[in-house]
Amino acid sequence: MTKKTVIEKIWENHVVNREEGKPDLLYIDLHLVHEVTSPQAFEGLRMNGRRVRRPDLTYATMDHNVPTINRHIINDPVSKTQIQTLEQNCREFGIELADIDHPDQGIVHVIGPQLGLTQPGKTIVCGDSHTSTHGAFGALSFGIGTSEVEHVLATQTLWQQRPKTLQIKVNGKLGFGVTAKDIILAIIAKFGVNAGTGYVMEYTGEAIRNLSMEERMTICNMSIEAGARAGLVSPDETTVEFLRGRRYAPQGEEFEEAAARWLALATDEGAEYDKTLEIDAAEIEPQVTWGTNPSMGSGISGSVPSPDQFNREADKESVRLALEYMGLEAGTKLSDIPVDFVFIGSCTNSRISDLRAAAEVAKGRKVKDHVTAIVVPGSQTVKQQAEAEGLDKVFIEAGFQWRESGCSMCLAMNDDIVPPGKRCASTSNRNFEGRQGNGARTHLVSPSMAAAAAVTGQFTDVRELSSVNQ
Amino acid sequence: MQPINEFSGIVCPLNRPNIDTDQIIPKQFLKRIERQGFGQFVFYHWRFDDDGNKREDFVMNKTQYKNAEVLVAGENFGCGSSREHAPWALLDYGFRVIIASSYADIFYNNSVKNGILAVKLTEEEVATIMERSKEEGYSIHVNLEEQSVKDDKGFTANFDIDPYWKKMLLNGWDEISVTLTDEDHIRKYEEKMYGKQYS
Repeated sequence: MTKKTVIEKIWENHVVNREEGKPDLLYIDLHLVHEVTSPQAFEGLRMNGRRVRRPDLTYATMDHNVPTINRHIINDPVSKTQIQTLEQNCREFGIELADIDHPDQGIVHVIGPQLGLTQPGKTIVCGDSHTSTHGAFGALSFGIGTSEVEHVLATQTLWQQRPKTLQIKVNGKLGFGVTAKDIILAIIAKFGVNAGTGYVMEYTGEAIRNLSMEERMTICNMSIEAGARAGLVSPDETTVEFLRGRRYAPQGEEFEEAAARWLALATDEGAEYDKTLEIDAAEIEPQVTWGTNPSMGSGISGSVPSPDQFNREADKESVRLALEYMGLEAGTKLSDIPVDFVFIGSCTNSRISDLRAAAEVAKGRKVKDHVTAIVVPGSQTVKQQAEAEGLDKVFIEAGFQWRESGCSMCLAMNDDIVPPGKRCASTSNRNFEGRQGNGARTHLVSPSMAAAAAVTGQFTDVRELSSVNQ
Repeated sequence: MQPINEFSGIVCPLNRPNIDTDQIIPKQFLKRIERQGFGQFVFYHWRFDDDGNKREDFVMNKTQYKNAEVLVAGENFGCGSSREHAPWALLDYGFRVIIASSYADIFYNNSVKNGILAVKLTEEEVATIMERSKEEGYSIHVNLEEQSVKDDKGFTANFDIDPYWKKMLLNGWDEISVTLTDEDHIRKYEEKMYGKQYS
């Protein structure tokens, strides 16, 4: 029997039609919808008198625009319209919606896994590039544009070119104080922002196997920052145990049957990939980005590079522009860079284990006076769990603001904006120009590194902070 | 969408790699619920300063590129967010053709679905067009049927495009209508996998 990767197995299971000279028509098992990329798609359905083919496979929430304080007061009338439009569309087309008052509301990529909607072997799409997050479960999940959202709503299928497969193998064991976020930032720094373009990636190796589901989600989430629409981890016992008892997962005997099916999806021993890239976990330090794309970063012991260190003219120029935008001098040690804002949240790092990691650093310390630090849980469920564990008190006592769930300062579509010229240590996924606010300067880090920056007022190697080090 | 085959236009060079969709259309403009009207916001923070005044030194603001309809850019164009507002904004501003050596996957799909022809050329060919477009009035001629790009000074290059997308662009087809002609296959798949009919 041919040996196959998890990617090929899921693909084959979903081909509705295959014809010479055309992409494959793939069936979609789960379509997640949010307020920003869906209004024009629903409008398209209405204009053509079409319905939603599988409302039972469609699930909506509102996350990008929602306020994280006084969440019922949306000052921006355009944001408000977008949220009301989603409510109307879900009513009209019969789609289940976790609205702003719903206990399940949260960032779409946090609630899918939390509810057990995300399952191994599914094809999952959403009008959001960070849909790659769900790949952590061994699901083929990728972001789509609004035309494709409309296409899935109307037909429950998508035309897709068969992707090439890229194995990213993370060998060995992670060092102390190094997290999943540091693995993915190190991968992108090493291989570049378009290493995965045209590929679906599978993360393999000892370091990946040892990660929890939440950590795997952090890694798969940023596959798109390496250019890959989708990134997966083969399902294993960790995957199965995470899903056991979740509301939308199969229950009882059906669960055991499903679990056996899921485990059989894992990549066969000896299956071949179109390409393999490897990295040694032991060489990864806590990471900090210094530039304006996620590959412009290094370990905390590093320094801001000079454009001259790059070979290609295009790279020299983009590093020069990045340093100008970031207000950084070549040669500055990353650990000497001060911060003004700290954001702990986003679909990359807003789950309970992320908040625990940040709280462990914050506990018994104080946010520096000149720093504004906010913690935005990924969902209402995460928020409640954190409060049950007393994490909210730890953060508040340390001087962090404790907020309601949403995308928040990751892309600053609500009121959580970093002002021009200010520098933010952020657990999110993009350090593009203006991402967190016009003129804002973003440095991507892990939750514990963000908390360390908040309490020391500058980037600090979290491994050197005493309580963490015990 | 509008079909496209032959197209000639003035070229505007944007010589940066990895131009992300947050630059093409900043997030504060994603709140509209229509597909139209995004052109005024394209590359907003590169075109305008904090007070909303035009940045005269930005290439798109120079008089010679005022009527440009072809954008030539660095590699990995359109990376980042899946927002289709990016091709909507480019198209609404007046760009019908983009030329680069590579594109982010989601952006490429989004462009095709809106009738934008995103042409992939080699880095050397892109560099040639980038250099020549510094000259006022420089325009190129794209022919999708032939999969060719030419200028008036003897430059000629061919590009690859998936035959399916080529057909969609040439005909300006509505993809959903095309798919629904395949509905039998969808029904069969649903019966097999879900044991039920949904239409």
